[in-house]
Amino acid sequence: MDVLVCVKRVPMVGGRIALQGDRRRLDTSLLGFTVSPHEECAVEEGVRLSEAAGGSVTVLTLGPPEAVEQLRTAISVGAHHALLLETDRDDFGPLATTRAITRAIEGLEAERQSPFDLLLFGNEAADTADYQVGVRVAHALGRPVATGIKHLEVGGGSARARRTYRGTEELFILALPAVVTVKEGINLPRYPSLPGRMRAKKTVVATLRPTYEAEGLEMRSLAVPTTERRSAEVLGHGVEAVPPLVELLVKLGVIE
Amino acid sequence: MSTVVCYVETENGAVLDASLRALTFARGLAAEATEVSALIAGPPGADVTAQLQSFGVTSICVLSAGGLTGYAPLALAKALAAMASRSEAAAVVAAATDHGNEVLAHLGALTGLELAANCTKAHLVEGERRFRLVRQRWGGSLIEEAVLSAATGLFSVAADSVQPVPSPAAGSLAVSEIAPQLDALDLALQALESPEESPGISLASAKVVVSGGRGVGGPEGFAVIEELAALLGGAVGVSRVVTSLGWRPHREQVGQTGTRVAPDLYLACGISGAVQHLAGCQSSKHMVAVNTDPSAPIMSRADYAVIGSVAEVLPALVDAIRARRSSC
Repeated sequence: MDVLVCVKRVPMVGGRIALQGDRRRLDTSLLGFTVSPHEECAVEEGVRLSEAAGGSVTVLTLGPPEAVEQLRTAISVGAHHALLLETDRDDFGPLATTRAITRAIEGLEAERQSPFDLLLFGNEAADTADYQVGVRVAHALGRPVATGIKHLEVGGGSARARRTYRGTEELFILALPAVVTVKEGINLPRYPSLPGRMRAKKTVVATLRPTYEAEGLEMRSLAVPTTERRSAEVLGHGVEAVPPLVELLVKLGVIE
Repeated sequence: MSTVVCYVETENGAVLDASLRALTFARGLAAEATEVSALIAGPPGADVTAQLQSFGVTSICVLSAGGLTGYAPLALAKALAAMASRSEAAAVVAAATDHGNEVLAHLGALTGLELAANCTKAHLVEGERRFRLVRQRWGGSLIEEAVLSAATGLFSVAADSVQPVPSPAAGSLAVSEIAPQLDALDLALQALESPEESPGISLASAKVVVSGGRGVGGPEGFAVIEELAALLGGAVGVSRVVTSLGWRPHREQVGQTGTRVAPDLYLACGISGAVQHLAGCQSSKHMVAVNTDPSAPIMSRADYAVIGSVAEVLPALVDAIRARRSSC
């Protein structure tokens, strides 16, 4: 059972998003970085599958040289191999990203002389939320794909992928090799272990430089929406606030 | 005259509200008169037909393919591709639901066309094959202005950002079947559907949500959150940190990677108000925050605040509500 997981380095934005002066980039000078939440779960799912059935987990990212940190984090929680598609550009759109990932996977699979049984992605990236790279890679490689998956079982040459949509459970049965994009909640990711961290330090991360291709969707500017900033009416401190809070609940019709 | 194709979702014999919003978005794409063709997965009842007509749809195509019993994203995408190519459509639009985004992603992959996801506005630049658009990133906490150059633009519509506005189409509504060429792989990709096990009051549709964050202190602290939610006939919600710590199950998470809620009352207990969390609760009608920190980001979004700890305030609130009920 060999799994390849694609992740994306994104800033941890916390309480409020700040932009640089050119309004084209986030001001990340005070921020740490992580991978999108859905992808943290994709890595965990890949590691669990390889632990249960044997095999390997390869983690791949497209990003700046610093994205090697996110690859090492994935190794520290159980991934075995890592590939960085290194670029200084931050304007790889969904099509260029799809091409770069597809070529890299084709290269890895030619080297190993067999396809990965499963390619895992997050359902959408936390930052750009394009909702399409996993599906596009699946089509480019001619493999079946299910998206937004919250429960996955793999065995007997197929993947049983489940999710819930508007109160209905949907089950997709995909013949392997297949592509699955997952959502947070499919599992609870583990924390890095000490031996994991040691292994992550020593692992050699392979690097390729993908070619950028311009596409039709061009970002022009970013803005933080001007939600009306309210200043909350303070009902009180501690238990003193309970009587006015009860009154408020009555006024809102929540209690009689 | 330009044509826009729209994938329309239905449920229990009615068009989804999110699809009505997508239809409103579709009508507004071009300055000139726009024909809107709708694709639906199964035969429309009288109510669906009437709703579509009142939202300006001029023709309906019903997906018809042997061997399909459930939701089949590839078959839907192939039907949209056929409709778009036949009418030389300027755009294909769907609600940015899990289904809408998925079907459009397949359509994009099949045709090589580009997809702009989670759009709030888009407008065809007159005389050009170019759209100016606005879309959401970071669950709506960041807005992107972009230009899409494409023979046919694909757009998914962020449901909470476009109001559904009816605009009846003149003339009669043509209903036809569309049977795209499907191969074995297309047919294999369909959902086997079964009803979800009932989770009690659904978080997504609850009128009251009592949510707890790190400030609840630990898994035991949620007993009082559950008690208050039950007293108010509401659902329990949590922030991402609570699910990441394993205190509560992920299905209770409110936020960008959890459930989006829009209750009459959102009671945020011990939640600081990260972007990730606010993305899931900013449509609440009224928000009350209970927090020890008067400068927490949640305070600039809440209508009312109680400065204090969850452990102190909530048990007293539960007692007060019980006392009030027993004296009535």
